[in-house]
Amino acid sequence: MSDSNIIPKWLSVGVIPLMNLFLAFCVSGLFIFFIGENPFRAIFVMIKGAFYYPGAIGYTLYYTTNFIFTGLAVALAFHARLFNIGGEGQAYVGGLGVGLVCLIFDQHVMGFLVTILAILGSVIFGAIWGIIPGYLQAKRGSHIVITTIMFNFIAAALMVYLLVNVIIEPGQMSPETRDFASGVGLVQIHIFAKYLGLEMAMSPLNLSFIGALTVSVGFWFLVWRTKFGYELRSLGHSETAAIYAGIKVSSTIIIVMAISGGLAGLVAINELLGVHNKLLLGFTAGYGFTGIAVALMGRNHPFGIFLASLLFGALYQGGTELDFEFSSITREMVLLIQGLIILFSGALAYMLNPLVERFYLKYYGSINSA
Amino acid sequence: MKTIEEKGGNETVDSLPPSTRLAIELKNITKIFGHVVANSDVNLKVLAGTIHGIVGENGAGKSTLMNILFGLYKPDSGTIFLNGQAVDVNSPEKSIALGIGMVHQHFMLVPTFTVLENAMLGNEGSMILKNGEKAVLDRLKGLSKNYGLDVDFEAIISDIPVGMQQRVEILKALNRGAKILILDEPTGVLTPQETIGLFDILRSLRDQGVTIILITHKLKEIMSITDTVSVMRGGKVVANFSTEKTSPEELAENMVGRKVLLSIKKPTLKFGNPVLEVKNVSHESKDGVNVLKDISFDLKEGEILGIAGVAGNGQSELLDILSGIETLQRGQITVNHKTILPYQDWNSKKAREFGVAHVPEDRHKRGLVLPFYNYENSILGYHRNEKYFSSFLMDKRKIVNFVDDLIENFDVRPRSSSISSGKLSGGNQQKLVLAREIESNPNILLVGQPTRGVDIGAIERIYEDLMKLKSKGTAILLVSVELDEIMSLSDRIVVMNQGSIVGETNSSNATELDLGKMMSGLEQV
Repeated sequence: MSDSNIIPKWLSVGVIPLMNLFLAFCVSGLFIFFIGENPFRAIFVMIKGAFYYPGAIGYTLYYTTNFIFTGLAVALAFHARLFNIGGEGQAYVGGLGVGLVCLIFDQHVMGFLVTILAILGSVIFGAIWGIIPGYLQAKRGSHIVITTIMFNFIAAALMVYLLVNVIIEPGQMSPETRDFASGVGLVQIHIFAKYLGLEMAMSPLNLSFIGALTVSVGFWFLVWRTKFGYELRSLGHSETAAIYAGIKVSSTIIIVMAISGGLAGLVAINELLGVHNKLLLGFTAGYGFTGIAVALMGRNHPFGIFLASLLFGALYQGGTELDFEFSSITREMVLLIQGLIILFSGALAYMLNPLVERFYLKYYGSINSA
Repeated sequence: MKTIEEKGGNETVDSLPPSTRLAIELKNITKIFGHVVANSDVNLKVLAGTIHGIVGENGAGKSTLMNILFGLYKPDSGTIFLNGQAVDVNSPEKSIALGIGMVHQHFMLVPTFTVLENAMLGNEGSMILKNGEKAVLDRLKGLSKNYGLDVDFEAIISDIPVGMQQRVEILKALNRGAKILILDEPTGVLTPQETIGLFDILRSLRDQGVTIILITHKLKEIMSITDTVSVMRGGKVVANFSTEKTSPEELAENMVGRKVLLSIKKPTLKFGNPVLEVKNVSHESKDGVNVLKDISFDLKEGEILGIAGVAGNGQSELLDILSGIETLQRGQITVNHKTILPYQDWNSKKAREFGVAHVPEDRHKRGLVLPFYNYENSILGYHRNEKYFSSFLMDKRKIVNFVDDLIENFDVRPRSSSISSGKLSGGNQQKLVLAREIESNPNILLVGQPTRGVDIGAIERIYEDLMKLKSKGTAILLVSVELDEIMSLSDRIVVMNQGSIVGETNSSNATELDLGKMMSGLEQV
């Protein structure tokens, strides 16, 4: 992920991503036009759905929270040049950590403590699901992309088995556990606001959002201000230089994957402790995969990841609204728009660079080189 | 010979006497990459049947110019004349058809093919390989005999020495009908003997009418083989000389743009105690090759021990083991009175703790993390040092303060701690690595290829820094493929060939020819 040397930073991290986004919206608009709807009205509905209606912002930020966690997970691994595709599985297994802690302790220990333990559980279980592929990469040379993908499937199968056969709430058919005890969980922001005497529309937004922002700041310090961050970035840019510097490659890989997995595991606190209050099948809903696009778009920097998460949060929430409002725009159409954005700002992120470079050189280059 | 004429072009011009006819004329060539002006209004004339040298520092635009001539780049403006006619060389195919051949610094050979298969590549003679082979072989044998290009046509490329590989490259170019031959740094991989052999071939090519352009940074070679020479600096041809009428000093001055000291003042001092003792070290590579065989030597405080040898004879592996990058397999090493035994915990971190600093052979792969800023690279390997931390966080301000001094003291340009090291020139990158390692105040400094890809101005500075370190009593182990460098810097020289030490000599009574013989494994002392 090298940025261009020719154009200044404000162009490469500011203008070009916006142009990519604009292109994605243009192409989406074409599709909407072809199925006979007005693209401008659709955009309007989407923005209104994401930010305007009561509770809309809450919903948007609730989705944003998930993307921050998974985006950071992918980004951290990426700094060490490890492509962690396993955010989905790590988040899922993180959920198992939350579920097990709550189911075991919530009848005996006070809710506040259980919640803390459950948060730790999500991190530890997610970390374990990252450590195993990390170990296989570091010590056995199994490619991390392959193993993390496989671990997504293993996680999914494991969870189905457990939720259908082992920890399912008895006496009913749906594959989910019983509700956690009432004192367990993270407070939703609108309830929190009520304590402070503020009126807010109801939404699933909960304290995890604050957690995500805190973790983002911590991520920045970890990567750019600690010895470990220095070592993992050295490793990411040049393994040979890292060895020369006396950095232990395999342990660095394993620790990076542990932290990455732990970050992905935190999705479970937003979903399970913040919203569902029980462990249920498929709660990760693709957040882990979207995290890859978020990290790509956010250029692996926590601030960029926050902005990208906000965008995807708005898309998720606004997309739901689109689905409601137009009979011809279905859920699949919304997915298509998301896919286009991922395509243009992820896979084709550098497509416009040569064009912008040429343009820049033509109008500013001569001044600089003189 | 016949084939050359078939492809080579213009009968009427060929009949002119070679000494007055221009084989190549470049007029006002300009090439710009982004902000960088690689060639600016370059004019160059090369007489047919001469050897013309082009010298210049890295980034002076030599390679760009030759790549333009060979059709790899298209110039932004300017014209190329071949034998007096303006031509449009827009691809290597076109340039080959026009009779230009190029021998690249890194050979373009298929390692698993035979010499014949490689030499005929690009001019196979027939669709069915078997039919062409006979004719091509005859032709190649003719060329080979004519110019003294001695090769074994049956041999597989990967089995033959680099000197012969280079002859295959030349044959390949001639087989395609080259009348103009461009050689890019051809002696970098050769022993002195092989270099002499190559020069004989070049002379015989010239005498039979081939025009040769030789790109090199070794002034001695320019003086010994070329007829005329052009000096490039900053994308321009700044001077043209007839070789007879110039001197290395004059060339160097033109290359750098100021007077340069080519000689080194070696401080005379008594050596102290041995600080590095290597005993019977052997090493097997991952593919099971014995890359080091029973190596023993010692190194004293204040001494510079040079390790000479053609690249790939075990020097790199030796450096890797001494610096802790590779595990010690057999033998023992004593560093500052601490003994390391095989398969003991020995790594780069420990080596640094024991007072061993290491300027690696490959600064791009090892010495620097290229995308890192200078301030980040200046602590690579020493990033655990408490002086860069405030509590457990790295303190950027402390690091930058330290690095600003470092950059100032060692004259790294541009003087900026927050520029990516990848954007520095080779010489400045090397100065940065050397600065970092010297600054760690080592007892032992391992240096690999200190001046590879480094311009003359920076070389001068690097030698000075090494000498300063020596007079402080640091023991220095110098590995270099540049024999001149080894001879002028070292107090003592050992020569390595195929993983063994084949000779040792005092630098005061070493001659280039003796060392060359040992390097090629011909003579054991």
